[in-house]
Amino acid sequence: MRVIVDTEKCCGAGQCVLVAPKVFDQRDDGIVVLLDAAPASELHAAVREAACVCPGAAIRLDEQA
Amino acid sequence: MSTESSEQVLDYPFRAPGPLEPAEEWAKLRAGCPVAHIRLPSGDRAVLLTRYADVRQLLADPRFSHQLAQEGAARIATNESGTVFENEAAASLVDGHQRWRRLLNKSLIAKRVSAMQPRIEAMTEQLIDDMTRQGSPADLLGAVGFPLPVWVICELLGMPGVDRDKLAYWSNTMLSVSHYTQAEIDAAQAEFARYFMAHIAAKRAEPGDDLLSELILAVDEGQHLTERELMMIGQGVLVAGHETTSNMIGKMMAMLLADRARWEQLVADPSLVRVAVEEVLRFDANAGFGLPRFLSEDVEVGGQTLPRGTTVICSMAAANRDDQAYERADAMDLRRSPNPHLTFGAGPHSCVGQALARTELQTVLSVLLRRLPTLELAVPAGSLARREGLLVGGLEGVPVRW
Ligand code: HEM
Ligand code: SF4
Repeated sequence: MRVIVDTEKCCGAGQCVLVAPKVFDQRDDGIVVLLDAAPASELHAAVREAACVCPGAAIRLDEQA
Repeated sequence: MSTESSEQVLDYPFRAPGPLEPAEEWAKLRAGCPVAHIRLPSGDRAVLLTRYADVRQLLADPRFSHQLAQEGAARIATNESGTVFENEAAASLVDGHQRWRRLLNKSLIAKRVSAMQPRIEAMTEQLIDDMTRQGSPADLLGAVGFPLPVWVICELLGMPGVDRDKLAYWSNTMLSVSHYTQAEIDAAQAEFARYFMAHIAAKRAEPGDDLLSELILAVDEGQHLTERELMMIGQGVLVAGHETTSNMIGKMMAMLLADRARWEQLVADPSLVRVAVEEVLRFDANAGFGLPRFLSEDVEVGGQTLPRGTTVICSMAAANRDDQAYERADAMDLRRSPNPHLTFGAGPHSCVGQALARTELQTVLSVLLRRLPTLELAVPAGSLARREGLLVGGLEGVPVRW
């Protein structure tokens, strides 16, 4: 799985950090920082949930990669 | 309605047909008059935005703040202390140029939030224990919605939980412009200041693992925050994080119980809670006044140029129901995703406490689903009474049985 974040769309809600703290962090202004673009398989469920609850639709997943 | 009819001035805020329903004006204005001229309770004039794209654009524009304590800005109400936007504490709360705003950033609170979740859950359990001990029926707003957010803020700032009733009173009084006299408001402000100064001194002497201790130790541009800045943070977090969240807990439960199918859907699948809370936040039609912005320069919105000096009111609740932005915007869909609603604002000024507010809402909902799956409204939804506040809309109570 490959994770792509779009900082333009990110509204700094921090939902991703709450759901998958190993994969996402936030800058001081709240904008998302991707910690791990190719997370291990045990994190995939959390990452899918983060992408789903992200209010800005700022997280894209490439499941094939 | 077209731009030609800009002569027409509507009285604002609008009246809604029911406690959980949107004002009828919203849909009409979104369709035909996206830049509407309105008269505020003070008599001053302003412009109202109701479309998603326009509201988002203006809220996210870093050039404009909601500081109305500026010359030429419209006043919302006419009483002495003005609304929360006009009093000093609130004005400093929203002034992005202050040092303390940089320190109290979004991530600072968001990072503490996951660590706090188990405590928030324990507090919620305890409040529900107290409620069920008293027996059915009960007022869910008074039993859980109102006490929880103050308790959480106590914890965030490292204050003893036993002080939460005092803090609830001060916060209520400082925020409410209609329920208290000016003397009561001044007294509450002074008492809170005394209390909080003593609390800062105690934390300086003996720092703990809380946001306030962290802020005391933080250094910005080589300098520590002053007592006054710390005071502003305390007051700001209390005023911004208490009533908003309390009211939202009450409205969330009212919306979910008003249509039994919604509650049943969540009882059957509690994993929907996170996404459902976002839809609750989007769907709230009783969100209060909207956010004001004072234009310090000309700006183009919705194909029109708004001149500098205009006061603009952004209705997030109207924007959240714009069918240009959402499919079936007028239907509550507990699985809706993505859901980029504007309830916490947008862009650089957006709500600092949103991760905390979300966690409180998700926790209250999860615990109630687990503990009281038979929960229902004890009165018809249409007879719930709206609490009219200028800034944050709410309900007077949410009577339930189980
Ligand atoms: C459901 C509950 C809440 C709602 C609906 C809400 C909504 C908002 C909105 C709309 C803004 C203004 C954004 C703007 O001007 O563009 C705001 C600002 C703010 N909120 Fe919240 N809020 C909630 C809970 C909280 C909580 C729990 C806290 C504190 C822990 C908090 C702290 C703040 C602060 C400090 C600001 C000022 C931010 C700034 O000026 O940059 N809020 N909130
Ligand atoms: S959840 Fe989405 S919008 Fe929120 S911080 Fe993460 S990426 Fe940004």
